[in-house]
Amino acid sequence: MSVIGDGMIQAGRLLISGDPEVLRITWRTLQITGTATLISVVIGVPLGVALALRKFFGRWLMVSAVNFGMGLPPVVVGLFVWLLLFRYGPLGWLDLLYTPGAMIIAEAIIAFPIVAGFTLAATQAINPKMRFQILALGANRWQLLWLLLREARLGLLAAIIAGFGAVISEVGAAMMVGGNIEGLTRVLTTTISQEVSMGDFVLAMALSVILLLLTFIVSAILTWYQQYRRQPQ
Amino acid sequence: MKKNSLWLCGLVVLLLLGLAAGCAKKQAQAPQTPSPQNKTVILSSTTDVRDTGLMDALIPVFESQTGYNVKPIYNGSGQAIALGEKGEADVLITHAPSAEKPDVDNGAFINYQLLMHNSYVIVGPPDDPAKIKGLSSTDAFKKIAKAKAVFVSRADNSGTNIEENVIWKQAGITPSGNWYIKSGQGMGPTLLIASEKTGYTLTDLSTYLAQQKNIQLDILVQGDKSLINIYHVMQVNPAKFSKVNADGAKAFEDFMVSQAAQNVIADFGKDKYGQPLYYADAGKSGS
Repeated sequence: MSVIGDGMIQAGRLLISGDPEVLRITWRTLQITGTATLISVVIGVPLGVALALRKFFGRWLMVSAVNFGMGLPPVVVGLFVWLLLFRYGPLGWLDLLYTPGAMIIAEAIIAFPIVAGFTLAATQAINPKMRFQILALGANRWQLLWLLLREARLGLLAAIIAGFGAVISEVGAAMMVGGNIEGLTRVLTTTISQEVSMGDFVLAMALSVILLLLTFIVSAILTWYQQYRRQPQ
Repeated sequence: MKKNSLWLCGLVVLLLLGLAAGCAKKQAQAPQTPSPQNKTVILSSTTDVRDTGLMDALIPVFESQTGYNVKPIYNGSGQAIALGEKGEADVLITHAPSAEKPDVDNGAFINYQLLMHNSYVIVGPPDDPAKIKGLSSTDAFKKIAKAKAVFVSRADNSGTNIEENVIWKQAGITPSGNWYIKSGQGMGPTLLIASEKTGYTLTDLSTYLAQQKNIQLDILVQGDKSLINIYHVMQVNPAKFSKVNADGAKAFEDFMVSQAAQNVIADFGKDKYGQPLYYADAGKSGS
């Protein structure tokens, strides 16, 4: 138990003294997870909305695929991406392995089905009569889309928070395609894993505290936006 | 409605700024020293030289001297060698000569040089239920198997695991049963498991010293000739794998066997642990 206390104290020390390596790792974590979350939202939200609103042949299969993707083991994604990106693999010529780019790709793949799945559920939950009402009031396709997204705002923000959560907590895939290389691809989760492996539990706990703080701050911002002006009805 | 979209735009802008800052940072990281053509050298090595901090002491020196950017990937020796066999790495530092030899013979690895050595030790609970203290490694293993005392194996094709299997073979035993635990993990976690289960395990001395504060295990067997752990450095053959950074690999290997690096290796750990963690061997013949 003292490890937790010592860890919290060391976390405070590292942050206040502005330990350069910890700050670098934290900033890198934010950059990589931010980019991966952004990509997963850009792909996932339109996908979820399209699946919710349009009927087409094979829709059920795609919806099943998205739901399956929500449970996709991240370490499996990491393995697949590694096999795609290694030197003699099909995308080896991109020279992406062991770079932040590879981590962003793997994490975006892990997260976009999650974002799509939540978006799909949130959009489908809108009363279908609302759609007709909006159209009856003279809205064009884009206005309809915008208003429906606003209606589904709670679920959409949940989708983004879920996507972010998946990405910032990723260890296995990040380690595999990123390589945990100091100064390049080392992020909070992979560093914590390494420090545990090396037996430095206090430092691992300190970094964990920082990671939790980071996650909480971002989630709090997103939650505020989700709940903003939302009176209980 | 305008306020909401403003906030959403703000969020998007924030994330995009992060992206932009990331790109700018990557450019700013280019070294100011000599600039070789292909800057990236992928080193495939083992977790123990990472965990002791030896690589952290050597790599930055190499990078500042030559302008190369080393990307070290650490695994067990088995996987480290496998990466080399695929041409995925440029240069290797591993400690499983029996697994390295076939690749040296078939030409997958070239410039195979002795680098350094340290020792393995057998550790176990202080009360030593199987009574192996002071015995030879082979006899110790025999007694552990006979007593069915808990033994934790890394079982991950690492250099340590390969060495462990060599000793079992010498003892004429195939370990199996509830007492023989396979962790499938690195040395650090394996030591923790052995400590928790008050069992025995084979470990390299350096990781044991680094983990000592977290475990209750004593060194029971050491100094045996079969417990010597030998490290070699080798290049992946550029003739067989076109994408290998041959110049970078050669520069790295030359650096590792240079007097300067060998001095760092020989002194490493003395102030922290009171004894050297490694013995520098470059240029010596035989084992």
